[in-house]
Amino acid sequence: MLIPCPWCGDREDIEFKYGGAAQVAYPTDPQSADDAHWARYVFFRPNPKGTMAERWVHTAGCRRWFNVVRDTVTHTIRPA
Amino acid sequence: MREPHSHPDHLWRNPEPRRAYEVVIVGAGGHGLATAYYLAKNHGITDVAVLERGWLAGGNMARNTTVIRSNYLWDESAAIYEHSLKLWEHLADELDYDIQFSQRGVLSLVHSLGDRREGLRRVNANRLNEIDAEWLTPAEVKAFCPIVNVSPDVRYPVIGGTLQRRGGIAKHDYVAWAFAHKADEMGVDLIQNCEVTGFDLDGGRVRGVHTNRGLIAASKVALCAAGHSTVLADMIGLDLPIQSHPLQALVSELLEPVLNCVVMSNAVHVYVSQAHKGELVMGAGIDPYNSYAQRGSPHVIEYQLAAACELFPIFSRAHVLRTWAGIVDVSPDASPILGLTPVENLFINCGWGTGGFKATPGAGWVYAHTIAHGKPHPLSAPFTLERFTTGALIDEHGAAAVAH
Repeated sequence: MLIPCPWCGDREDIEFKYGGAAQVAYPTDPQSADDAHWARYVFFRPNPKGTMAERWVHTAGCRRWFNVVRDTVTHTIRPA
Repeated sequence: MREPHSHPDHLWRNPEPRRAYEVVIVGAGGHGLATAYYLAKNHGITDVAVLERGWLAGGNMARNTTVIRSNYLWDESAAIYEHSLKLWEHLADELDYDIQFSQRGVLSLVHSLGDRREGLRRVNANRLNEIDAEWLTPAEVKAFCPIVNVSPDVRYPVIGGTLQRRGGIAKHDYVAWAFAHKADEMGVDLIQNCEVTGFDLDGGRVRGVHTNRGLIAASKVALCAAGHSTVLADMIGLDLPIQSHPLQALVSELLEPVLNCVVMSNAVHVYVSQAHKGELVMGAGIDPYNSYAQRGSPHVIEYQLAAACELFPIFSRAHVLRTWAGIVDVSPDASPILGLTPVENLFINCGWGTGGFKATPGAGWVYAHTIAHGKPHPLSAPFTLERFTTGALIDEHGAAAVAH
């Protein structure tokens, strides 16, 4: 699987670490968030069969974090 | 046990789905079939359909590495996996089918001081739970499994190991077929090529499933779809803390018997056994990214083969015959999710991740109980969906000797 690093270009996935779903928002009002709210933030993530917005870091290259949109069935990737 | 010559021509009917059932199970893998069997056998509930979008036992049940053991660290895990192992020990007789269950021992190698402490702790925890567990020195490792390289002259020398002698392997297809045969015999409808496309809801209550073969009404719907659990749950707006990943495995060509037990290594990360037919069966960790593609990255295979060749120099001239991947449903604490859901009459069994095969009879047993009684079986009560809100996790990451 080739992953498009915005700085280094297409590189093999062995050079990257996976960061999971992108755009996971921290609770806007953490003081008033209840257990259910925290459970959602800590443990629940999107797991779509299809396109998924996700984060990668180019650990063996420029170490840059970036977002892509990848299809979890075909593994085709486009920049976010 | 049944003699080969008396093997029936057909192990199950292929019935047309009826319009309504008492229980509809979604997913005819090992867990779905075992659940149907125990619903009929233990609870007298035979008005059951098992729906399968592909063919019976063609998902992870056809793709796993068949390792069976119960040497988990925490009491909750030890209890449910040991229950399963005890069922395995009588399953061939009960199902009247030679499932080739072989208690050849599961040996977990230890390569570092951290590993050693974890291994010793787990041996003691297992013994307190009356699960057989032994600590082996490198010489004892060599005596038990002569082809393991215990030389100090490698990058990560073997400094010991834990052994569960009652662990082993079984023939995955036969397990599925045996459960299917018996469930079918008791009246359960096994319906292949029947994909669930939606749920029939009445307020907060499920009363059936939409499929590519029409609407099927059900008093209770039990999900049993492993890596595709989220796809089903998304149809009904139920959130699951599950991530689907590829888990790759591979086999060599058929070899003369060379490996007498299951060997796992947490640190260099490979697990291997030799199937009855002769091929070496290997696996390691999941690919890191979410995927439903049933394939993974080549370097994951390369790394586990490097580990295997260091542990077993004798393997260096064997060939990889084929590799494949299943889609496993990984939960945040590496423990299953089994029980009721916020949707009335909808039950969930998922999150077994990389280790569901060994739990096949045990999971079926407790899931059937949960469905029949509408409340969790005592063994599965700690494994409900609510634990992610209460914080009562059962953290088996690493503690379960990582590989499954």
